[in-house]
Amino acid sequence: MTTYSKGLRALTLATIGSITLALALVFFYAPLDADQGFVQKIFYLHVPLAIISLCGFVLGGLLAIGHLRTGDRVWDMRSYVAIHMALIFGIGGIISGSIWAKASWGHWWVWNEPTLVSFLIVLLLFATYQPLRFSIEDPERQARYASVFAITAGAFVPLNFIAVRLAQQFVHPRILTLGGGNLPGSMRLTFFVSLIGLALLYATLWKYEMTAKNARMQTRRLRRRLMGEDAVRPLGRSAAPS
Amino acid sequence: MIVLATSPALAPGKAAPYVIAAYIVFLAIVLIYVAIMAKRLRSTERDLATLKREVEQRDAIDASSEAREREPVG
Repeated sequence: MTTYSKGLRALTLATIGSITLALALVFFYAPLDADQGFVQKIFYLHVPLAIISLCGFVLGGLLAIGHLRTGDRVWDMRSYVAIHMALIFGIGGIISGSIWAKASWGHWWVWNEPTLVSFLIVLLLFATYQPLRFSIEDPERQARYASVFAITAGAFVPLNFIAVRLAQQFVHPRILTLGGGNLPGSMRLTFFVSLIGLALLYATLWKYEMTAKNARMQTRRLRRRLMGEDAVRPLGRSAAPS
Repeated sequence: MIVLATSPALAPGKAAPYVIAAYIVFLAIVLIYVAIMAKRLRSTERDLATLKREVEQRDAIDASSEAREREPVG
């Protein structure tokens, strides 16, 4: 059992349980929204996906600080996986948001809506992370440059979020605020269960990916021990330390 | 923009395909990702087990040949 696979089974079960509970609450407990009706049910998926995606980008930046401070490439690998997962969640968030926009506004995308466009900018910014990373061949330089990018782009996320919140054009629904928001109790409960379920899913997939990367690293080490340095192919598109 | 924000709610019959589509997209992304990961992890774990066995065998052979070399000759 590797370091990362410890507790993976329990985490997976907790994720399955919480997502099942969230789906049950969404479809059988949360009342229909008076303004939007049934289509508002997408909110319980779209908003947590977007929140976790943005938190994942920030987490990637924080983990990258660990790499620059310690020089240990394991931190870089953690940061890489955090950003990789956040990108997947972000794509899910943008697709579900687009479906909601079509149902609610009649358009798949609205270019003059600040929240949508700013989220797309963040997503595109982090979409350049992998091409940037794998355009550098030297593993040490690759990890260092990727960490600097992750920290800078990670710091951009909250700044971008605050800027959009301060914007005057509040067309995008503002349901959650620091004061607790204006959701009724049953909707708030459903939302937070969904948020917890998706946060657990993020953590599970992160751990899963780290376990796989760790196993691949061990395989490379053993192969090198058995067959010598030349027998092991170059890492190519991998963030795993050699 | 105000027209977009105050557009009337769709009837449940019309809204259902959108809601179902959103949840299906999400589940499909998760399932495809997990399936790809599971396949790669299984193959890596298989490789790892084979390599571990080979390293153990080689270490055992090395240990026995070293012991033979240390035995006094004649």
